[in-house]
Amino acid sequence: MFEKVLTGSKGYYVWILILLGVIGFGFLNYLKQWTIGLGVTGMSRDVSWALYIGQFTFLVGVAASAVMLVLPYYLHDYKAFGKITILGEFVAVAAVTMCVTFIIVDLGRPDRAFNVMLYPSPESILFWDMVVLSVYMMLNLLVGWTVLGCEKRGAPPPSWIKPFIYLSIPWAFSIHTVTAFLYAGLPGRGFWLTAVMAPRFLGSAFAAGPALLIILCYLVKRLTGFDAGREAIKTLSKIVTYAMLATLFFMGCELFTVYYSQIPEHMHHFAYLFVGLHGKASLVPVMWVSATLAIVATVLLVIPTTRNNTTLLPILCAMVFASLWIEKGISLTVGGFIPNPLESITEYAPTFPEFFITLGVWGIGALILTLLYKVAVSVRLEEEA
Amino acid sequence: MDKTRRDFLKIAGISALGLGSTPLRAALAESAAPKVEPTPEALGAKRWAMVVDLKKFQQSGEAAMKACVDACHSIHNVPDWGNVKDEVKWIWTTGFGHAFPSQEHKYLHDLEEHGMKGVPTAVMCNHCDNPPCVRVCPTKATFKRKDGIVLMDFHRCIGCRFCMAACPYGARSLNWKDPRGHIKTLNREFPTRTRGVVEKCNFCAERLAVGKQPACVDACKNGEILFGDLEDSNSDVRKALREQFAIRRKPQLGTQPQVYYIV
Amino acid sequence: MYNAGKIIVGIIIFLVLFTFPFWYSKGKPGPAPKLELPKDAKQCVEATAYMKASHMQLLDSWRDSVVRDGNRIYVSASGKKYNMSLQNTCLKCHKTREKFCDRCHNYVDVTPKCWECHIAPEYKLPKEKVALRSE
Repeated sequence: MFEKVLTGSKGYYVWILILLGVIGFGFLNYLKQWTIGLGVTGMSRDVSWALYIGQFTFLVGVAASAVMLVLPYYLHDYKAFGKITILGEFVAVAAVTMCVTFIIVDLGRPDRAFNVMLYPSPESILFWDMVVLSVYMMLNLLVGWTVLGCEKRGAPPPSWIKPFIYLSIPWAFSIHTVTAFLYAGLPGRGFWLTAVMAPRFLGSAFAAGPALLIILCYLVKRLTGFDAGREAIKTLSKIVTYAMLATLFFMGCELFTVYYSQIPEHMHHFAYLFVGLHGKASLVPVMWVSATLAIVATVLLVIPTTRNNTTLLPILCAMVFASLWIEKGISLTVGGFIPNPLESITEYAPTFPEFFITLGVWGIGALILTLLYKVAVSVRLEEEA
Repeated sequence: MDKTRRDFLKIAGISALGLGSTPLRAALAESAAPKVEPTPEALGAKRWAMVVDLKKFQQSGEAAMKACVDACHSIHNVPDWGNVKDEVKWIWTTGFGHAFPSQEHKYLHDLEEHGMKGVPTAVMCNHCDNPPCVRVCPTKATFKRKDGIVLMDFHRCIGCRFCMAACPYGARSLNWKDPRGHIKTLNREFPTRTRGVVEKCNFCAERLAVGKQPACVDACKNGEILFGDLEDSNSDVRKALREQFAIRRKPQLGTQPQVYYIV
Repeated sequence: MYNAGKIIVGIIIFLVLFTFPFWYSKGKPGPAPKLELPKDAKQCVEATAYMKASHMQLLDSWRDSVVRDGNRIYVSASGKKYNMSLQNTCLKCHKTREKFCDRCHNYVDVTPKCWECHIAPEYKLPKEKVALRSE
């Protein structure tokens, strides 16, 4: 099946070359970081986690979103998702790969990464994050590849794959719950010390992931003619809508708790992000872009006419994706560190090497997604022919 | 042909597994561990703790606090980067409102009439009894010793910085770049650290091991910083806590910090 | 065999490349590394043969004992006691990293990371100007 990635249209080859270029340039910047250290990034003693961990945080939710297809299709026999479950699983593979890569890129001593396995520390949530992410990656690869291979041969999937499929459903919930616990279990960071952190991750995962999937289905249809089916897209868009409503509700809960209780140390993080604090306000415009995109997109998604408008839907999905990318990918991580535990402010801005390394990792994800989709769509199109 | 190829792969796999277990078998066959003992003059304790006497520091002035900071940073080869982004610090001076954010009130500034600006406070790792940093470390590179000191194993740290996020006191620093170019004076008896590992105050464990007091305690000539075993009722720290009221930083978080401040 | 000509040529080229280190040096190995031994001490912490084979394991166990357990005195097989320290014990006697440690390590092409942190006797601070700490 893998031979399918080696043949394609001219546009396919150009895209692969562009991705390889982006990855290569990211890698060159990573070499700079490898030699000099994480000091080439914008991170500081106060803001010790930033873009890399933020991207990991966002992508772990996208990776979990495969369950939103697997659950209805395998557990409840929702046949409309039959054509695209494989696409969701492959998004999960690409996203989890990016997650692990972002973690490695963020380590101060990546040459010692195996210490996490050599000296297992079950009390550490990071240890469990490593466990759940690795298993999830293997699960999705195994399930996706097996099911696809069987489809190619026109055979039904083997019965031994069923337990793995069923396992992947709660496992998907576990990956972003564990990642949320990374943040929510720290006593000294008031911005993150909230019980709704894991539910918030759920909400943004099931909004951003299916939104991305809708966009990808549109792209695949434009480029290859493979049609996911109108009903599948409509259901996915409903999932995005409800997940966005949940996300906005959880955000409202956060704002109420923080501002009604009036605890200064908790308010300060929100104040810094949305209005600025002590004259420091570099993230304020970005936050309002995220908030506006979220609210406008949600309103238009709730209204059936706009949600079912096939031209508008991918735009709304892009707005959802961008809004949540800002919120989870930047503001959640950076906002927790500003102000610092001593209530002073050190602002953060990514550097160019940091930006290009990040882009390179996204390039790796896009490449994996492209190759896997090439296989999946080629197999599917062959079947339909 | 297919069947024999499969058999070949099975046999190859099992052989690889068998050969690969050689180091494991060798490790299990290791002889008894070598004999080690503590240094005869080592100071031991059940629970090391520190008392910072802010009242005495008010009399001694900021120069005394700077002396403590410089003593620590010079004997531990702590680099001086000169900027807030890269800085590495084990102990430093900050305002009272920053060390105790929940205790600040506007009338603290009245103390300025007595010559004190913002009540400078020395802050460092609190060597908590219930340390969140130890809980989160995925490799146990940060660990709590039996005598209460929260130590770093610089060999094992992978630089994930989870401990920096977990510390409620901002006590930890990462070496964002190679520190060696920025060390003012080298103490050849103590190693430097490399880029990518986290470091913090270690209650001078290497000095305690040879019978000396922590460097900051020695640098304070008037007992502004006291150090001792909380479980020894005759220690300096227990005496100080018996005679004067002391507070700790962010006690409501349950970390059980072991640096007490006499205010 | 299909394509026998190409395969046999390929195997021969592979064998030539694979045995390159042997025939290139014409069967004579390069000179063994000469280590500069300390002049004023005859006895190392343990026997030479043991140190040659297992000094890294010894150092690792020293590391765990000092850093994690707080025990700094090592009782060697001969009964003598030593302070467990690479910088302050090993290098106090051996006095040089370049003429001792590096000689063998370079020969077998290993780069242990000790010296990233532990200060070798030859190490000197770079003469950069250091910015004064700003308040």
